Amino acid sequence: MPEVLKAPLTVEFPFTRSLSPVQSAFLTGLRERVVLGVRTTDGRTLVPPVEYDPVTAEEIRDLVEVAPTGTVTTWAWNHAPRRGQPLDTPFAWALVRLDGADTALLHALDAPGPDAVHTGMRVRVRWAEERTGTITDIACFEPYDGDPAEPAGHTGQFEDPVTGIVAPARLDYTYSPGRAQTAYINALAERRNVGERCPSCRKVYVPPRGACPTCGVATSEQVEVGPHGTVTTFCIVNIKAKNLDIDVPYVYAHIALDGADLALHGRIGGIPYDQVRMGLRVEPVWTEGARYPDHYRPTGEPDADYDTYRELL
Amino acid sequence: MNREIAVVAFAQTDHRRTSEEFSEVEMLMPVLHEVLGQTGLKTADIGFTCSGSSDYLAGRAFSFTLALDGVGAWPPISESHVEMDGAWALYEAWTKLLTGDADTALVYSYGKSSPGPLRDVLTRQIDPYYVAPLWPDAVALAALQAQALIDAGDTDEPALAAVAARSREDATANPHAQLRGSVPHGEYAVRPLRTGDCPPIGDGAAAVILAAGERARELCARPAWIRGIDHRIEAHGLGVRDLTDSPSARLAAEKAGAFERPVDTAELHAPFTSQEVVLRKALRLDDGVRVNPSGGALAANPVMAAGLIRIGEAAALVHRGESDRALAHATSGPCLQQNLVAVLEGDPR
Repeated sequence: MPEVLKAPLTVEFPFTRSLSPVQSAFLTGLRERVVLGVRTTDGRTLVPPVEYDPVTAEEIRDLVEVAPTGTVTTWAWNHAPRRGQPLDTPFAWALVRLDGADTALLHALDAPGPDAVHTGMRVRVRWAEERTGTITDIACFEPYDGDPAEPAGHTGQFEDPVTGIVAPARLDYTYSPGRAQTAYINALAERRNVGERCPSCRKVYVPPRGACPTCGVATSEQVEVGPHGTVTTFCIVNIKAKNLDIDVPYVYAHIALDGADLALHGRIGGIPYDQVRMGLRVEPVWTEGARYPDHYRPTGEPDADYDTYRELL
Repeated sequence: MNREIAVVAFAQTDHRRTSEEFSEVEMLMPVLHEVLGQTGLKTADIGFTCSGSSDYLAGRAFSFTLALDGVGAWPPISESHVEMDGAWALYEAWTKLLTGDADTALVYSYGKSSPGPLRDVLTRQIDPYYVAPLWPDAVALAALQAQALIDAGDTDEPALAAVAARSREDATANPHAQLRGSVPHGEYAVRPLRTGDCPPIGDGAAAVILAAGERARELCARPAWIRGIDHRIEAHGLGVRDLTDSPSARLAAEKAGAFERPVDTAELHAPFTSQEVVLRKALRLDDGVRVNPSGGALAANPVMAAGLIRIGEAAALVHRGESDRALAHATSGPCLQQNLVAVLEGDPR
């Protein structure tokens, strides 16, 4: 088996999320160094606060300030912090029940080592220097041996409340395309289009994905197709894509390579966009050192008869 | 309507640290062929198909539609997908068969954890406002639960080590297992959990076939009848829950009828050793019950398939006459947040 192809793949989004009234009050409070909980109808105070009682599902809106001091209810020592976590030096994850709250909040606890942490230990909030209305406005918790702080009785009404958060998320993957697509991509780098034939229905798939989607069986017999093909259908692109150095308008087309039973897609060049048509005969254009065709251009052959590609639209 | 529904076939891949030479459908397809082959059914004979997977694992959008290529979905089949472990896909298929709309169902699930940072990927399933921005990884959250259990006197590190050792020892008889035999308890991953308390990270797939009534008896010499199945979920806020208990698992077991008579075997989806402690208590499993003879998720934990595999392993024991009444459990979310329990029985021998 040839060497497996691999490539880095980063999936990254800045998730923009709107906040409910309760979430808005809580996160605005953190910005102002106030910790708010929400009272349930049976008198418990939930911190962090939620909009609905997790037991009864009742809507709850009764905000109440709690202290920035509290007690560790459980913890775990993280000797190797990972990307995005609150501290980049070893720390304890901790669930902390703040004074005045009946539930616990998850955050980091900055402590010199695991021997300095125990369930029941007293801690207080260490505020971030710059606060914008997010959970990371709490930089972390830190050990505290004083009396419980007295909450000031804040109502949860703020000027200029935050109404949303932007939560960046990034995950790094190593993409490998599998057996069939690896073979396809490797052949393409040699300027050959190699599909695979279904042993059952005999269709040739280009690009192959390793299975015949009609029959549900593995494809394996390799079949070279093209290089010429037929435009089966197309569209005219008028919106310039970010980071793509192609002038608009241009034509993007389904192309049935000769011998293939599935159309692939590619850009059509070497012809004015408004002269591209169904049935146009095309061939791939390679640039120096490229692993795949840059685009397809007309071969000059007569147009294909509709009946020759009607099943490949 | 009260239809009897059974698991009649089960197949799984060998679970491995990486399957980078295969695409997802290439990994899955042999399992689909094997499970169909056990019953002699073809895709066209299947009344309903349901799968479970998550695009986040391998970072491939709509990967489940590509996986469908391995089923042979033309002419169009009756099909559904859950972004959950395959055990929940099986639950959907079971309800479909109950309605009488179908007599047979193919259920499959797969997960390739090898392309991505699994511990971090799983942070994306938790509360996006208050928790996910802190990136508390899957091992950290399990460690918080383990410490709570230790504080409560429910377990200690040697007891957790014993769970790990028993699981990997039992896995020596499981040719599909990824981690078996003597595995060191290791260094702390996130204290108090050591590397040996954590499941291996790997890729794999599984599939089962369900059939109703007489159809089940035609397809399998000793069907594993689903006497009850139920799933329950707890609050998403970790600090709201008592992490030393699993009321959702207990309630699901009660609704599935697990407490009506003792079971002889339990396949528990407990990826971390400490979670087996919680589940044994919640499910009232005493020392007379064989727990995870397959080695469980500590021996192979292909995310999205590991829960379905518990049902498949329990059913396979019934098929082989090695169990008469087995409990199968699947979990989802951090710290056993959501739990599914099924009770499987064989016909009297």
